[in-house]
Amino acid sequence: MVRYVANKFFYMLVSLFILISATFFLMKAIPGDPFMSEKKVPPEIQARLMEQYGLDKPVYQQYFKYLGDIATGDFGISMKHQNQEVTDIILDTFSASLKLGVFAIVISVIIGVLLGMLAALYHRKLIDNVAMILAVLGIAVPSFVLASLIQFIFGEKLGWFHVMGFDGPLDYVLPVAALSAQPIAFIARLTRSSMLEVLHADYIKTAKAKGLNWFTIMFKHVIRNGILPVVTYIGPMTANIITGSVVIEQIFGIGGIGKVFVECITNRDYTMIMGVTIFYGVLLMLARFITDIVYVLVDPRIKLTGGKEG
Amino acid sequence: MRRKSLFTLLTMILVVGTVLAGCGSKNEGGSGSKENTAASKDQVLHINLSAEPPTFDPAQAQDSQAHTVLNMMYEGLVRLDENSKPVPGVAEKWDISSDGLKYVFHLRKDAKWSNGDPLTAKDFVFAWQRVLDPSSTPAPPYAYQLFYIKGAEDYNSKKTTDFSTVGVKATDDNTLEVTLKTPTPYFLSLTSFYTFYPVHQSVKDNAKWAADPKTMITNGPFTLTTWTTGQKIEVTKNANYWDNKDIKLNKITMSLSNSGATELSSYKAGQLDFAGMPNGEIPTDQMPAVKKELKDELNLKPIGGIYYYQFNVTAKPFDNAKIRKAFAMAISRQDIVDKVTQSEEKPAFGFVPPGITGEKEDFRTEHKDDFFTENMDEAKKLLQEGMQEEGYTTLPPVTLIYNSSDKHKKIALAVADMWKRNLGVEVKTENQEWGVFLKNRRSLNYQIARAGWSPDYNDPMTFFDLWTSKSGNNDVGFKNKEYDALVNDAYSSADNKKRMDDFTKAETLLIKDQQVLMPIYYYTNVALIKPNLKGVILDYAGAVDFTRAYFE
Repeated sequence: MVRYVANKFFYMLVSLFILISATFFLMKAIPGDPFMSEKKVPPEIQARLMEQYGLDKPVYQQYFKYLGDIATGDFGISMKHQNQEVTDIILDTFSASLKLGVFAIVISVIIGVLLGMLAALYHRKLIDNVAMILAVLGIAVPSFVLASLIQFIFGEKLGWFHVMGFDGPLDYVLPVAALSAQPIAFIARLTRSSMLEVLHADYIKTAKAKGLNWFTIMFKHVIRNGILPVVTYIGPMTANIITGSVVIEQIFGIGGIGKVFVECITNRDYTMIMGVTIFYGVLLMLARFITDIVYVLVDPRIKLTGGKEG
Repeated sequence: MRRKSLFTLLTMILVVGTVLAGCGSKNEGGSGSKENTAASKDQVLHINLSAEPPTFDPAQAQDSQAHTVLNMMYEGLVRLDENSKPVPGVAEKWDISSDGLKYVFHLRKDAKWSNGDPLTAKDFVFAWQRVLDPSSTPAPPYAYQLFYIKGAEDYNSKKTTDFSTVGVKATDDNTLEVTLKTPTPYFLSLTSFYTFYPVHQSVKDNAKWAADPKTMITNGPFTLTTWTTGQKIEVTKNANYWDNKDIKLNKITMSLSNSGATELSSYKAGQLDFAGMPNGEIPTDQMPAVKKELKDELNLKPIGGIYYYQFNVTAKPFDNAKIRKAFAMAISRQDIVDKVTQSEEKPAFGFVPPGITGEKEDFRTEHKDDFFTENMDEAKKLLQEGMQEEGYTTLPPVTLIYNSSDKHKKIALAVADMWKRNLGVEVKTENQEWGVFLKNRRSLNYQIARAGWSPDYNDPMTFFDLWTSKSGNNDVGFKNKEYDALVNDAYSSADNKKRMDDFTKAETLLIKDQQVLMPIYYYTNVALIKPNLKGVILDYAGAVDFTRAYFE
């Protein structure tokens, strides 16, 4: 197990290094600089700015300096938002995305699993059909369409919720609903099919035959096994929800990290681009890393010791 | 079986519970929006900024978002009234010498900082020195706005390190003496611009002062009370502002959404009291609906900016003036403003928009923009003649570039279609990302490009010094000695009539003779304002002033 974890961790570091290097050189290859605007800054002032930020040096020098800086944990100061540290901006805006994301994930899992279980238990009955129609709709309707729709109905027309902003608990309702519709649908379908499979498995029949009570069968055998695919899905889903909230954040005017990411590229805010890329990279890699480990812990069928790895 | 139904019951309770919880919050939501309308009566204004201001340091600011907010928090020597005329701000009166070179500002004695400190002439000297100091980090991009002051440019470019050579002196706490390099008729109104704002001397030792409400000590009608990165900015009435009896709003809350559709929807839902320009944009595809549904709240005001296409006069085939003229003549500007932009913009046939002060009144009223007309037959003839002069049998391929935006795209497609129908010329349109676009335009790597210009100050000079041979913003390759001489003459002259004559000659050269540019329309500011919100001031350039606004 330790070896497995160490191995995964090592590959994570390698990917991170490749990500940092590739982003750095790609970013420098895009035309433009952080100080461009329709009205040109006089050349002397432009030159002074480039010098102050070290942008007048050759790219490889900038690259090594940057690597040195981040090794000491210094992500620098934003080139657009003067006097603000990259880490401060990331933490401030990520807190909004995180709150939104966590709610969406929790809601997706609870409602998704519940719907899936109901559908499996009432297989080919009304509840199953309704749940699956909802699931198909949830998967088919893109989140930005749903977001605009509920924003228009519940925000603009009915006035039940704010159209935009992220002040009170109520402001979570619409964006969370828009973000979680798709995962709910996906989880419901996953849960349903895997539960159906488990319900018809021999060991369930054995358990029933042994006369175990219904609760024990459900919770000890059916749900625990039926929910496995959901656990594997939670990793990529977390990544998807946290990175994919860009559009939802834009529609509901929420100042999350997604908005920062898009804007810093347009602005050529180099330190910010690197900071956010590394942050996203670490986040996604960690999500996968944890999923891998959790999966091993939950599913006894995955054996680590054996021929292949060694 | 009984247990199974118990389980079902439990899940049903959960589901129903969730639904009920949802209903509960819906009701609270209803009261929430009511609170908003009530809040409007408490003199709390809600607006949206489409981008977060990068900084609140007047020395660093350079965008319209920062402009709007800084104008709430600071006040310069003068401020602009509803007719864009300078009226007393921190300075209660001023004397201007007869040669137009020396300004003596008498500061009001009751001017204070938001922390109660007295505001003195030294604070202005401190702030202006900070802008001009070549060692300021990051280098203030708008330092050149102060180059009208004698010695300022030399100090900024390190020709001298002695600040006493710069024409700014605080002769006592309430007197500021400014000496200019050349007579600059618009200098007075320029002192209302944010680069000229005073700055509290406590900022010296704190590089992050402008990012934190606690260290933002300001002198204007409002002070910064909340700034949540990415979410919200809030300013509150400043009790220490000298004229606070005239300030009726208690608070201004700014949301930060970059989506025009969201802003509009939010306005319709009553969450915002003001939407649209200059801090946002109403999507053009929503204009017909807005015109119908919100007719009485729609505010269309001509402002001093221009939307135009520019020819690269060094690139084939636009190195020929006749071909440039043919292209400029062969479109219907009225159709573009009626059918594409739909905001009642005025078709442009010159380069200086209405609203810019001329000799006595509006420059555009004193000098008409009749430099050319739209004429399809004439255009075809000119194109033929131009092609003959250059020896073309067919025109070389032409590409029009614009930066990615829905509006620019629609205009580009309409224009290309008109050229095809009226001239029989196939023009390729190409959208480019902003940075790429700017780079191509600056390095003259294009044939026709979209462009726009808004004034830095209220004088035609801001439109003409752009096209001199040494101008850093001249990205059309136009170099003309006669033109340079005219602009230089206007630059050094104190005689306003002569200056305006120079400008008219320069404009004739630029548009009528050379057709370096293809003017399309003069900007209109498109905004939605709630009927009970009064006193919002839009200046000649389209900057907005909310400080004297109030709810009825």
